[in-house]
Amino acid sequence: MAVSATLAAIAVLLGTATLAIAAHRRPSATALIYGICLAVSLLLLALAGTSLLGRQPAQHLTLPIGLPWLGARFRIDALTAFFQIVINLGAAAASLYALGYGRHEEAPGRVLPFYPVFLAGMNLVLVADDAFTFLVAWEFMSLSSWALVLAHHHDRENARAGYIYILMASFGTFALLLAFGLLAGPSGQYAFGDIRGMTHAGWLEGLVLVLALVGAGSKAGLVPLHVWLPLAHPAAPSHVSALMSGVMTKVAIYGFIRIVFDLLGPPSWWWSLPVLGLASSTAVLGVLYALMQRDLKRLLAYSTVENVGIVFIGLGLALAFMANNMAGPAALAFTAALFHAFNHSLFKSLMFFGAGAVLTATGARDIEKLGGLILRMPQTAFVFLGGVLAISALPPLNGFVSEWLMFQAVLLSPDLPQWGLKLSVPAVGAMLALAAALSAACFVRAFGIAFLGRPRTPEAAKAAEVDTASRASMFVLLALCLIAGVLPGLLIDAIAPTVAGQIGQSMPAQSTIPGWSIVPIAESRSSYNGLLVFIFITVSTLVAIQFIHRFASDALRRAPAWDCGFPNSDPATQYTADSFAQPVRRVFGENVLMARDTVDMPPPGDPRPARLTVTVRDPIWEVAYAPLSSFISYAAEQLNHLQFLTIRRYLSLVFAALIILLLGGAIWS
Amino acid sequence: MVLILDLAVQGVQMLAVLALAPLLLGFTRKVKARLLRRQGPPLLQPYRDLLRLSRKEVVLAENASWLFRSAPYMIFAATWVAAALVPTFATGLHFSWTADLIAIAALLGSARVFLALVGMDVGTSFGGIGSSREMMFASLAEPAMIMIVFVVALVAGSTQLSHIAIFMQEHASLRVSLGLALVALVIVALAENARIPVDNPATHLELTMVHEAMVLEYSGRHLAVIELAAALKLLLYVSLVGCIFFPWGIASGEPSPAAYALGAVTYLAKLAAGGFLLVAFETSIAKMRVFRVPEFLGAALMLGLLGTLLLFVSRTF
Repeated sequence: MAVSATLAAIAVLLGTATLAIAAHRRPSATALIYGICLAVSLLLLALAGTSLLGRQPAQHLTLPIGLPWLGARFRIDALTAFFQIVINLGAAAASLYALGYGRHEEAPGRVLPFYPVFLAGMNLVLVADDAFTFLVAWEFMSLSSWALVLAHHHDRENARAGYIYILMASFGTFALLLAFGLLAGPSGQYAFGDIRGMTHAGWLEGLVLVLALVGAGSKAGLVPLHVWLPLAHPAAPSHVSALMSGVMTKVAIYGFIRIVFDLLGPPSWWWSLPVLGLASSTAVLGVLYALMQRDLKRLLAYSTVENVGIVFIGLGLALAFMANNMAGPAALAFTAALFHAFNHSLFKSLMFFGAGAVLTATGARDIEKLGGLILRMPQTAFVFLGGVLAISALPPLNGFVSEWLMFQAVLLSPDLPQWGLKLSVPAVGAMLALAAALSAACFVRAFGIAFLGRPRTPEAAKAAEVDTASRASMFVLLALCLIAGVLPGLLIDAIAPTVAGQIGQSMPAQSTIPGWSIVPIAESRSSYNGLLVFIFITVSTLVAIQFIHRFASDALRRAPAWDCGFPNSDPATQYTADSFAQPVRRVFGENVLMARDTVDMPPPGDPRPARLTVTVRDPIWEVAYAPLSSFISYAAEQLNHLQFLTIRRYLSLVFAALIILLLGGAIWS
Repeated sequence: MVLILDLAVQGVQMLAVLALAPLLLGFTRKVKARLLRRQGPPLLQPYRDLLRLSRKEVVLAENASWLFRSAPYMIFAATWVAAALVPTFATGLHFSWTADLIAIAALLGSARVFLALVGMDVGTSFGGIGSSREMMFASLAEPAMIMIVFVVALVAGSTQLSHIAIFMQEHASLRVSLGLALVALVIVALAENARIPVDNPATHLELTMVHEAMVLEYSGRHLAVIELAAALKLLLYVSLVGCIFFPWGIASGEPSPAAYALGAVTYLAKLAAGGFLLVAFETSIAKMRVFRVPEFLGAALMLGLLGTLLLFVSRTF
């Protein structure tokens, strides 16, 4: 029932796409298409919500399409339902936002048809229950999002982003294809139900793990496969950027969980080592890159890379605990990962919406061209500030809760018996803490330069608040961030079936704990109470305000800024984004990012202006991708000669190839 | 009845930290002046400063936003809640289960984020330089703090400060990891409270200051609230060191007036000792260049990591 309803909703989304092709020229098309998408997303959200909260058992459906001997199999279990909630919540928020934001789109014909297809593709990945359907849906998702990245294809940057994206997406799908091939075995059992029942050789499991890390990790943005992400995500229209960053990365995480936790069977302890290693370097590198960016949307995309790293840290810890039969800690780490995935979908969508609002109001993505927006866009500034606090893992918002759960999981890991894990997990914990602290620095910089201070350009000085639908969508997301942070126990209990489905046990039922506290494992003596912290802070703030207004002077005078007595009215004298990042660049960036500051100071008497040049490079691009790309160009260049041979030489080439193949065949047999 | 008593004790703790914070600041200033052979301001001078500031009018920059006017209260509230959650004279207070050491560190992080943001609100270069440096220090001090939390929590088996204090009272022993954590915590405390060698609370030379640069545009009641929050933060760190590493005298177990009185007396003694040691350290060392600070804080991070690693290897370290 739930499966057929979900598939029907997906079919409606596909139908909406054809409607969009037919009607995209009409002025009312934007409202119509996004309105339908909003309704369908809410419907899918309700369906997934009832199946997760109602703790319904897994439901199947097989349709006679696809491969003839296999059919198209679909299944909704607790894991699917949880990710359906994440995806459709994000999709509903994005559709609501687009009701306002989409009106500013200059080429609606390039966005409207692909948007519903993208939503349908993501939902289809989640319900797929055989390798064939999964891969088809995955490609659907990749290609429709690629088309959305190319919505503004006249921009050379965007064209390049789309090219790199399609290459990386194909590479990722290829890796997943091989992974499923290995899982299905020589008899070709592609249904997930059959794969679950099989046992695999140890080396084969390791290979599948690596392929899943490459396939799903490239989509999620794990370092070193992240290079496409900060190019492609910002290139799309802002509501699609929010979907790609906040939601599509979650589909990739779902893919990894489905393959490694569900299909691959009981884990070995060493599986967690590559996952933890990649994840912790992803978290730290992602946020360091983010700290160096001036483009607001690219900064957010790099921060997505960081958050994906944090989710994978949780998954890696869960694998380590599972392999050692420590079900309680494994449930804790897995819950932390899912909780963080949910949180990230909320606040990252919120912040991309905020960036889109800024883009609409000022036409600028470069934060050095903004400033002072808090006075002209107070509501957008307020919600963006909420997002800043949430993503920086500050209480009482939701980012802190998942961070807290993650730290509690790290604190349980000295009981792991393997030395490899004992020595690496503390470093992972340190990297996690470092990423959280750098993330706060990164978003203080982004908010401070873009929203605070004085406007740096006339456009920023003339900015106006955006439309109601966009703001409503951002306020809804901020409210959800607050609720998830204040009442985390509800969410932990809601995802308990998902955790139990993969780990075999879930975290202790938080609803039984008095006073809405949360505890990590049953025998733990640590607890956190988001509600009380929230009440405490609110009451203390109110008491302080009351007290001051009662007993202190109320007099207030507006005057020019003090600035140590030498205020300069030129907005160029403010701190810039690059100067704000300079200390961090100097401390962390010189080695990790090859950051260089060069000062060109003309000698006295020379009227040339002094010049400070900052270069930040992505070492992974230069070490891994640039040589690969130049090798491919070189090889293509060499092979190019083959196009200009005489017919005689072509015939002899064919003859030689035939001889070699026959010889090879003879030796093989 | 028990609940009312619990709430009363909790209230006493909240008011006590508030009342004592300026006194600790006055005490450190006095001791510092005496060590430098100066007379120094009276012990109660910080109270007078706060009173004077709160009676003055606020001079607000023309382009200051709503954030600039509301942030002092948020900074104060976050710091006050954090300070109220650290056991001072008694453990197991009613609200001490609300948040653990990680949450206390994060609450201080919230206060810092607001402070760094308001430094940039008016759009002056001094505010920006302060915010930028503060966030750079924080990007090392916060992980160092988390590593210290790891060490303490692995030893005591909980991140809850009340549990930690009781554990330390009952199983007091010299451990390598705790020694490393203590040194790291002192370094973090120096940086977080803008003390020498990281920052100089008395300086008004613009290019060397960090904390003062961020609050440069504040005046009147707003400045009073921020100054009080800074004093609370100093008290918090001294209490934290006292509660984790020197938990003697803190009332635990069955509450009784005698135990509370003993707890209060030892707490005051600890504050005095902590303040004295802080000043003695400060007078014996010069302020560092800004870019030496990351090395100093990096040392704290490494000490914390080393302590954690030792405990991962064996719980007996």
